[in-house]
Parts: sequence; structure tokens; C-alpha cells
Amino acid sequence: MESVEAKFKAAMIAAAGAVVQAKDLLTRADQAIGDGDHGIGMARGFRAFSEAIEKIDEPDVVACFTAGGRALMMTSGGASGAIFGTFFTAAGKGLPAGIRPSTPALAAGFAAGLQAVKDRGKAKAGDKTMIDAAEPATAALVAAGDLPLGEALAAAAAAARAGAEATRGMVATTGKAKALGARSLGHPDPGALTFTIYCERLASVMA
Amino acid sequence: MVVKKAINDPDNLVREIAEGVVCASHGRVRILDDVNVLVRTAIEPDKVAIVVGGGSGHEPMYQGLIGPGFADAVACGNMFAAPTPEVILAATHAANQGRGVLYLQANYAGDNMNYEIAAELAADDGVETRTVRTGEDVSMPVEMGRRGLAGSFFTLKISGAACAEGADLEAAAAIAQTVADNLRSLSVAFSPGSHPETGEKTFSIADDEVEVGMGVHGEKGVATLKMARADPLTDLMIDKLAGDYPLEGGDRVALLVNDLGATTLMELYVVTRRAHQRLAELGVTVVDTWIGPYCTTQEMAGFSLTLLKVDVRMEQLLGRPASNESFLRP
Repeated sequence: MESVEAKFKAAMIAAAGAVVQAKDLLTRADQAIGDGDHGIGMARGFRAFSEAIEKIDEPDVVACFTAGGRALMMTSGGASGAIFGTFFTAAGKGLPAGIRPSTPALAAGFAAGLQAVKDRGKAKAGDKTMIDAAEPATAALVAAGDLPLGEALAAAAAAARAGAEATRGMVATTGKAKALGARSLGHPDPGALTFTIYCERLASVMA
Repeated sequence: MVVKKAINDPDNLVREIAEGVVCASHGRVRILDDVNVLVRTAIEPDKVAIVVGGGSGHEPMYQGLIGPGFADAVACGNMFAAPTPEVILAATHAANQGRGVLYLQANYAGDNMNYEIAAELAADDGVETRTVRTGEDVSMPVEMGRRGLAGSFFTLKISGAACAEGADLEAAAAIAQTVADNLRSLSVAFSPGSHPETGEKTFSIADDEVEVGMGVHGEKGVATLKMARADPLTDLMIDKLAGDYPLEGGDRVALLVNDLGATTLMELYVVTRRAHQRLAELGVTVVDTWIGPYCTTQEMAGFSLTLLKVDVRMEQLLGRPASNESFLRP
């Protein structure tokens, strides 16, 4: 039987693949409020993310987050590369080596990643960024306590989706979209969509 | 409609731009093997090194601004996207002469974060860095964090001269910050550029309208006006720039008239002429004038005006010799 570590590694690779497949959708979302390169950068970064994770022989949560995050940060470029790279590398750094994939472990990793993103980008919930998806997803993981990981991730993915949808009603205050002011209303934040797509596939593989 | 461009596979575009710069450099610039970094072949020993770089597609900023008195290395980002920490770090090590490295970047969220991460990694490697951000677009309020336009040219020219004279890292960063604080820019866009990887236009604008204050990536400006003649358009821009300081009679400025990509030198001359007239009416002396493509966005049409309010020190450094990768005459 497949170990939970191997299953988690496969889920991380599949989740990255889902973001790569969504390249055109993310590009269109960014054309509406940004400069249209979010899909290109994320596809490049998450491809490197999955390649780095595939090379890990002894998969554990920390190695997957750290190697994937570093590869993404080093290849993606732009604000989104720095933000998503920071999220995953900090998630890895925030956990003890060798920790097994579990709901409390993922909750702690996501919380560390979210805090690092806030520190790096100086943004907060409500600023129309990926934080608006990552914060409710992290809260859902924390609230799930000791529920099985598949169930907890499903709740996190649903919370991320709701958070990403809610960014339609927000005015951007950071990144290139901030220059649009109220014209950014009605469009979801591309980074929040990317985070949601990643969580949804992670949840479906771990279910 | 697909825009015609003399490019190859977009995946190789950033590399091919840098390779072209090397070919034009008379042997004075090389490219690193594994990353898209340009570096001078003969950096003066013991100088504080200057690393610049941002998204590609805005040439000659920054790929063309490498040479004695300018940058020592350029970290080339992907199209319109900040360079990654890996690229900036490689440029840092390639340029470092042991006296520290000055990062000069335009103020965008992506550049800010990637340079911040690179500075942390450089510190881990024992290399001291300072970062100065140029953000001078007066179409945005200061508290919003103004974006960088062509004004980065002046930050680089003056701190490049200071480093060539032997300034240490603190002094080089201090003069760069003084320049950044005294810069004001404003652009006016006539028609869009396009993204070389997607072929998509960066914004849309009516045939008979211009947008004042639009950013180089098509970010929204402050006003959409009916296309006007050069003089009233220039007056409007100079007055907005001068009012932002505000400039007073007796002040001295350097002027940069920048082509956004597809505007003719003919038009820039007409605009420059009026900018000088308007500044003279305000009692302001123009000590130096630079005209041409400095920060472009593909075939975007329009121009930007940048003023730098100078003191004696900045004026001296602005006048020091410098040459870029391709202009090779003493």
C-alpha cells in the first residue's frame, strides 16, 4: 500500500499540474486587472515546483514544501513568484523535519507560510491578494483539528474558493492592480485563484 | 490582430536580447552561462558594484545601461516581470569587487520582494548590499507608493559616477536616494504596446484620445483627454511635474524626454523645445537634456517627461563621463 508520504508527494505534483493547466484562465484573469503575465509566471514556477518534488527520493512534507517553494521562487519571477515561493518555503521551514502529513502538520505549515507572505508583501486580508484565499483556507485547516487530512483539505479548498470569489468585491491596494482603483471591482484576484486551484487539486488527490 | 515582431521562440527571448547586447559591446560585456545576467568584462577593482535589472521588454532599460559609469551587472527578468532572486544573486556575485553591491530597482511590488529576498541570500553569502528604489510617477499619490518610470536612468547615472569616483557603499546609496527623492516623471500614452509572449495589447485607448499618467505596463493614468497639439500637452505635463515639488524660480533641473517605444524623435524634439520654453517661463534653469528611448514598452506610442531637481553635487556627477554597452568613443 502507498505510504501517506508518497501520496502527499503525488498530491503536491498533481496540484502544481492543475495550476500549470490553468495558465490561460489565470492569464485572462490577470489581463482584467493586472498586466496579464500571472499565468505565464505561475505556469513556469509550478512546473519547476513539481520537477523539484519529483526528484525527492524520501518524500516528506518538509522536503516537498521546501524544495518546491525554492524552485518556484527561483524560476517564476514577478511579485507572484516571490509570494508563492515565500509561502511554500516558509511552510517547510515552519515544520519539524520528518513530520508526517496530517491535518495539524498542514495547518501549522500553512500558518507559517501565510505569516511569511504577510511579512514579505506587507499586505493583509481584504487587499485583494492571494491572502484572501490563503487565510480562510488556513483557518479551515486549523479548525479541522484532528479530522482526516482529505476531509480537512476539502474544507480548506472550499474556504479558499469562497475567499477568491469574495475578492471580486474588493478594491486592489497593492501590486500593479492598485492603479486601477475601483476599476478592479468585479474581477477576482488572480493570485487568490491560483491558490484555490492548488488547494482544490491537493484536496481531491488526498481525499 | 497579431503584432509583427522580429522574434523567435518567446521562451528564448530574454536570452537572445542579452546575447545581442554582448555582440554590440565590443567585448566589454559578457553573459553568464546558466542565468540571464549581463556583466562587464573589466570591472574596476575595489569599486562598489552596481546591479540593476527589472522585467525585460523595456529596452534599453536596463540591458543597455551597462558600462563604465553605469551598471556593472544587469539581472534580466522575464517579459515585464521582476527578475528572480536567483538571477539577482548571480549578478551580485559576478559584479562584487569586495566593497559591497548597490541594488538600484524601480518601485514595483515584484521587484521589491525579489530584491529583498536576493539581499537576504547575498547576506548569507557574506556580501553586503544596499537597495535604493526609484518611484517617481506623479500620477500616483506618494502614500500609494509611486511606480518607477524612466527616472531610474538618473539614479543610475549619478550613483554610477559616484561609484566610479570611489564612493563607499553607504555614500553611493545615500546619493542614489537623494536622486530618487528629487525625481518626478509623468507619461502620456497614445497607443498600446503588446506582450511579446502573448501578442495581447497592454491596454486599449480610443483613436482620438490620449491617457495622461499611464504606466509602462498600461496601468491606469489620471486623465483621458482628446488628442491635443504638442505644446498644450507639454505645458500640462511640465506644470504637473513642477507643481508636485513645487519648483521655484532659480531651481535647476535635468530633463529627460523619453520615447515610450514608437514615438518619433521628430516629436520628441518638438516636445523638448516646448518643455524648455515652459520651464524658462517658470524661472527654472535646465542644466542638462537627454532625449530618446530610455524606458520603452514595445510599440507603445507616447512619451514621458522626467525632471531631476539638482544640487551642485548631482550636477557634477551628471556631467562625469560614462558609456553604455555599444557607444564606444572616448
